[in-house]
Amino acid sequence: MLSGKEVKMKLDKLQKKILIILLALCLLAPIGILLPMYFNAGRAWGEWSAQTMKELVGYVPQGLAKYSTVWKAPFTDYSINNQDKSVVHQSGYYIVSGIIGATVTYVVMLIISRLIVRNEK
Amino acid sequence: MHIPDGYLSPQTYIPLFGVFIPTLTIAVKKVKSELSSRDIPYLGMAAAFSFIIMMFNLPIPGGTTGHAVGSAVIAILFGPWAAIIAVSVALIIQAFIFGDGGITAIGANCFNMAVFMSFTAYYIFKLVSNGPGKKTRVSFAAFISGYLSLVTAAILTSIELGIQPMIASTADGKALYCPYNLSIAIPAMAIEHLLFFGIVEGIITAIIVSYFLKSEPGMIYAFRKGGKDETG
Repeated sequence: MLSGKEVKMKLDKLQKKILIILLALCLLAPIGILLPMYFNAGRAWGEWSAQTMKELVGYVPQGLAKYSTVWKAPFTDYSINNQDKSVVHQSGYYIVSGIIGATVTYVVMLIISRLIVRNEK
Repeated sequence: MHIPDGYLSPQTYIPLFGVFIPTLTIAVKKVKSELSSRDIPYLGMAAAFSFIIMMFNLPIPGGTTGHAVGSAVIAILFGPWAAIIAVSVALIIQAFIFGDGGITAIGANCFNMAVFMSFTAYYIFKLVSNGPGKKTRVSFAAFISGYLSLVTAAILTSIELGIQPMIASTADGKALYCPYNLSIAIPAMAIEHLLFFGIVEGIITAIIVSYFLKSEPGMIYAFRKGGKDETG
């Protein structure tokens, strides 16, 4: 996460500490799928798939059916392979998604900040 | 709180893009004038933090899940304008790469979780904390800021979802988009955030703000900026 020429400045102690915490959060992320599984909780309210919507209200709203397929994300639901039923594998995919996502977010935000902020103080 | 594609009508998601994009433009100008190069690594980390914290789905047993967003703590530490950009980056990456939140709903999701939540959190914190003097009061202010900003952002989201049956239905009364009206959507989202997810956002905000107040008090934007041009 530290590599790349975007990070020209040396990271200080606090920044290193924050990066370690972020990495730890990535490794702990599977809590975000294991806890809901354990407590038999479904998706967030209003984030159901078209299929689930049919079970809930008896039909798939036309507009929802039309728009719900406009984008196919490469790692839907933070998984590399949604067909894989293994909880251990899904936890692994979740960690990988967390690391990829957090790193991409970090680098994109660094680049954007660098382009915006000109004040060298 | 990530609205997927197909839940909002174009009559809703287009105006929300229309509000979000100019706000983002203002945020860029504000961040340019307010922050300096030493803030850059923190902004990257703040965006990454928001990304990862949103992956911690917490269950309501037998019910739905929800999560913290991180906008409150970022708005307090780096200002609401920087928080808008950082959380929007996280949300846009979540939508495109991970399918969390719709592409057509990016304007809505960024408006709710990045714009609205950051400002609500920031001003509640300013109002309740009343300066960096009392540590307990600052922690409490941070908690309330995280709690109320997430709860109100959830209610705003539920309103956007709940107005859909009024906006677009077929002749036989079937909804075209989100089929739940306001009387279902608002209580469903308000209660779960009031009783649970809001508390999680509040605790995270309080822990991190308290840490910064103790070790890096000079970094906290809400106190740094608390001079003449700001009220509250």
